[in-house]
This record gives sequence, C-alpha cells and structure tokens, in this order.
Amino acid sequence: MTNLLKAIYTIWLREILRFVKSKSRLVGSIAQPFIWLAIVGVGLNAAFKMTNNISYLSFMAIGIMGMTILFNSLFAGINVIWDRQFGFLKEILVAPISRIGIVLGKIFGSTTISVIMALIVLIIVLLFGIISIKSITFLGIITAIIFMILTSVTFVGMGLIIATNVDNIEGFQVLMNFLVMPLFFLSGALFPITSSTPEWLQIVSKIDPLFYAIDGIRGSLTKISVYPVQFDLLIVFIVAVVLVLIADIMFRKIEGK
Amino acid sequence: MVNKANPKNKIYAIEVNNLIKNFGNLTAVNNISFSVNEGEIYGLLGPNGAGKTTTILILTTMLSLTSGNVRIFDKDIINKNIIRQMIGIVFQDPTLDEDLTAFENLDFHARLYNIKVNKKQIINNVLKLVELEDKADKQVKSFSGGMKRRLEIARSFMHEPKILFLDEPTIGLDPQTRRKIWDYIKKLNEKQKITIILTTHYLEEADELCNRVSIIDHGKIIKTGTPKELKSSFGGDIILINIEKKQEFKKILLNSAFIKSIKQTKTGLEIIVNKDGTKLIPKIVELAAKSKININSIALKQHTLEDVFISLTGKNIRDSTPDASEKMKLKFGGRR
Ligand SMILES: Nc1ncnc2c1ncn2[C@@H]1O[C@H](COP(=O)(O)OP(=O)(O)OP(=O)(O)O)[C@@H](O)[C@H]1O
Ligand SMILES: [Mg+2]
Repeated sequence: MTNLLKAIYTIWLREILRFVKSKSRLVGSIAQPFIWLAIVGVGLNAAFKMTNNISYLSFMAIGIMGMTILFNSLFAGINVIWDRQFGFLKEILVAPISRIGIVLGKIFGSTTISVIMALIVLIIVLLFGIISIKSITFLGIITAIIFMILTSVTFVGMGLIIATNVDNIEGFQVLMNFLVMPLFFLSGALFPITSSTPEWLQIVSKIDPLFYAIDGIRGSLTKISVYPVQFDLLIVFIVAVVLVLIADIMFRKIEGK
Repeated sequence: MVNKANPKNKIYAIEVNNLIKNFGNLTAVNNISFSVNEGEIYGLLGPNGAGKTTTILILTTMLSLTSGNVRIFDKDIINKNIIRQMIGIVFQDPTLDEDLTAFENLDFHARLYNIKVNKKQIINNVLKLVELEDKADKQVKSFSGGMKRRLEIARSFMHEPKILFLDEPTIGLDPQTRRKIWDYIKKLNEKQKITIILTTHYLEEADELCNRVSIIDHGKIIKTGTPKELKSSFGGDIILINIEKKQEFKKILLNSAFIKSIKQTKTGLEIIVNKDGTKLIPKIVELAAKSKININSIALKQHTLEDVFISLTGKNIRDSTPDASEKMKLKFGGRR
C-alpha cells in the first residue's frame, strides 16, 4: 500500500514539475479561459437575453470553468503519447512500480493542475462580480470542487485511453476536431440546453459527461440546473470510475515497443 | 541451439531456453538459448533486425514472449516486479525527460526505485562517473547525443542492479565518446561486479568488452564463444609478403611446421599460419635472409570478429540489407 502511494506520488510530482516548468502551457491554460470570457462572453452577453433572470456572462462563466477542466485534463492524458514518442514511458514502465500507481499518479497530477486552473477562473469570476459572492455558500463551493475533481479524473482517464490506443501525433488534430469540440459544444457550456432546444441536440447532449459536470457546478454555485445536483454527481462519479478502470486495463496492455 | 545441459544446477545470471517471439507471422526471435554467468559481460552481436532488441525487451519484462523460458537469477521473468527490482537497462532509443534537468531525471529515477538513503550523494557519484557532474542542473534538452547516452548509463545503475542491460550503448557516438563509455562499462563490471549483457553491431565493441559473445542473425544464435575462441575457430592469422621470388620462397616455407596454407598473389604470397602471427614474422624474415631472398614488405592481418561474422552469415555486418523500417535507424546510427 505504501508502495502504491509512493508510486502515485512520484508520478504526480513529475506532472506538477513539468507543468510548472512549461511556461507556454502555464500561460496558455490561464489565458485561454479569459479570452473566451472577455470576447465571446462579453460579446454574446450583449446580444442574448436569458429566460431566467441571470446574465449570459454568469451563465457562461461556469461553462468556461468546465472548458478549462476539459482541455487541461484531456490534453494532459493525451500527453502520454509524447512520453511514448520520446521514450520516457519506458523508463517508467520498466521500474518496479505498480501499473495502477502510474495511472493514478498521472490522473491525480493532471487533476491537481486542472482544478487549480478552474479555481483561478472561479476566483476571477467572483472578483469581477460576474457571479455574486453573496449568492454562494460554502457547501456550494465544496460541491463545485468535487465536481471539478471528478470531471478532471474523467477526462484525464479518457485522454489516457486515447493515448494508449493512438501512437502517432497525427491522430491528435483529428481528435481535437471530432472529440474535444463536440464535447465542449454539447455540454451546455455556451448555451443552455432546454426543452426548446431541438430534440436531437438534447439527446446527444445527454451522452456528454461534461453536460452533467457543468450542470452540477451551476447547480452548486448558482442553484440553477437542469437536473438535481445529486443526480449530476452520481452520473459524473460513475463515469469517472468507469473511465479510470478502462484506463488501467488499457495501460496494463502497453508493451515496451 | 541445443539446450545446454546444466548438470550442477548452477544458478546463472540469465538463463534463456528455447525463446521464441512472433510478431504476427514474423518470427523475430527464433528459438534461442543461452546463459550468462554472474559477473560476465555478455554480448549479443548481430545486424539490424537480428532480434537483439526484441530479446532484451523480453528479458527486461517489457515484452511478452511467445514461448520458451527465461530465468534471471533463477527467478522466472513472469515475476515481473521481482525482476524489475534486479535489473537496470539502457534502451536502444533515448528515454530521458528532456524538459527536466539531469539531476531531476536521476531524482525521478531514485524515487521510482525507492532510493532514499544518501540519494543526493548517489546521484552525484553516478554523475561523476560519467563526467557530467558540472551539468547536473542543465536541462537535458541542451545535451549532446553523447552526453544523453552517458546520463542514461549513469541512471541505469543508480539503484545497484544485479544485471545491467545495454541495448546498443554506443550507437551513433563518436569514437572518443565510445571509448569513454566502454571504460564506464568495464569499471561497472569490475568494481561493482555487475553482470552486463549488451547488444551491438560494432564488432570491435564486442571484441573489446565481452567475455562471451553470441552472434545472432535472423532471430537465431549462430555461434557462441569468447571473442578469442570465435576468431581462432575461424583460422590463424594471415601474413602478407611482398616478394619477387614467389615460387622459390613458397617451397622453402612449405617445409615449416607453422604454415597452414599458402596462396600466390599478384605481388607476393598470402600465408595462413596456425600460430600467433606476430611471433612468426621474425622467423619468416630469418628464413628469407638465409636463402638470400629479398622481402619488399611484410604485413600481418589478424582475424577480427568481422571475419567470423562474414564467414558465418555470408555477409558483411554493415552490408546486410535492412528492411524499410530500419533504414532510418541505420542512417541514424551507422557512421562508418
Ligand atoms: N513491435 C513490433 N512489431 C512487429 N515487428 C517487430 C516489432 N518489433 C520488432 N519487429 C521486427 O522484429 C525483427 C527484430 O527486430 P529487433 O528490433 O529485435 O532487431 P535488432 O536486432 O534490435 O535490430 P537493430 O540493430 O536495428 O536494433 C525485425 O524484423 C523487426 O522489424
Ligand atoms: Mg535493436
């Protein structure tokens, strides 16, 4: 057990170290959400009128937290492709540490980073009064963080699954277009999915795990959500566990070539 | 290869019996058996695509085997975690985190192998051995190929493995760096008593380092022995004499006991001898002087593993045609 924890810690530490060292990644993950908020958010805020009396900007700010987690986590998971390409994965695989330790270390490391990024967005959003601090409860913040963690685990897991099956960088762009964008647009991050949304769109949205995550965070922070928070939490939890299990199975299968 | 009998139940550092590895319908390793004694430097010598890396990866638990049996210090390699504790490896392709510094790479390794006591000192010691102590805090990105290789070697024995696997440790490096790496390898073997198994397609590397060598081609071991045995099994040294009176001197030489065969060439004689050629040259000169025959020049050609290789496989190790996927590697590594 302590060995497992040590393995997780070792891999976790490297993730953090690499992130802190990579200036471009650091700047990119902080700048991106604000570019969205400042341009898309402010622009659409002027054009949209939401049905329930909240501003579009405060609606979308939470979507952007979801986006931050999605992008950071998925790419962190997929980063294993680079470790494979540059051989470093072999150094890890030949070491006497458990495979689940490697998977969990990777997941926790990337989750730590993603959640911190999302929290930075939250703090800024609160500071600018986009979401009013008064409306927020302590329990709401804790629940939102739990959602963030589970969501991040889900997408790092998904990234790992992809990385263990795709071994070339070329597949990357394709993935970007056919996976990340639909996951993002269908999640209700940018526009509400309601009963007036066309039915097919409602249906595909419901198979997007990010939909439940963002709905849950909205519910926790602003009390406005499609489903009860408990239901969202259940779905997000189940998806996270399933993806971690699949990632672990996939990871055991990779061999050293 | 016939499975060597093991009457005394001796424990080998590595014992490989009838190992086969198929990739689809390609047989990369075709029923090989060999054993490595504790403390030995053992070489797997073969051209591109011979199956060296595949064998190493199986022995280091990185690749599953199709059939056969491999034991490391009498532990079956199925026990992956036990095996992984005992071994160190330098893979053929680089496996460093280039964004981290040399020190951070080694520190990560120390954590993976649970080195806690004197960690800093161990890292500094191994860096010193490969003469990188002043580069500890530089990003690996900025290292030359030779420096990276040395760092990988330093890392591979940090955790004091009982066996070290080196897959083409000097590929693509300049002669000076190669010499240095050979020195490190010898030091590790002598001072720290680490058993070493290395692959190479540089014959002089095998000759210089290995106690014993297996020559592999197309997934099969075609010969095993000490470099000396391999060379002498092949025949004696060759002495080339540039001389006018070929016929006459040939007759004189044929009466000597040390001659195996003599061939006339355009410029003189090519003599294959059955003893150490260096000691025979004075004798030949003496014989010529006695008979008042003038020798223009005399040269000694000793057999190399290269000759052994050509005679066994019918091809030069460097000329063996690699398939498309390996051409890249060849471009990268073959600089002769
Ligand atoms: N993962 C794989 N899938 C399919 N074929 C493979 C795989 N790995 C190796 N091979 C094939 O197995 C054979 C042996 O390859 P291997 O890498 O073991 O050779 P090698 O002796 O190490 O050569 P080199 O000197 O080029 O490193 C080659 O024909 C190679 O193409
Ligand atoms: Mg190889």
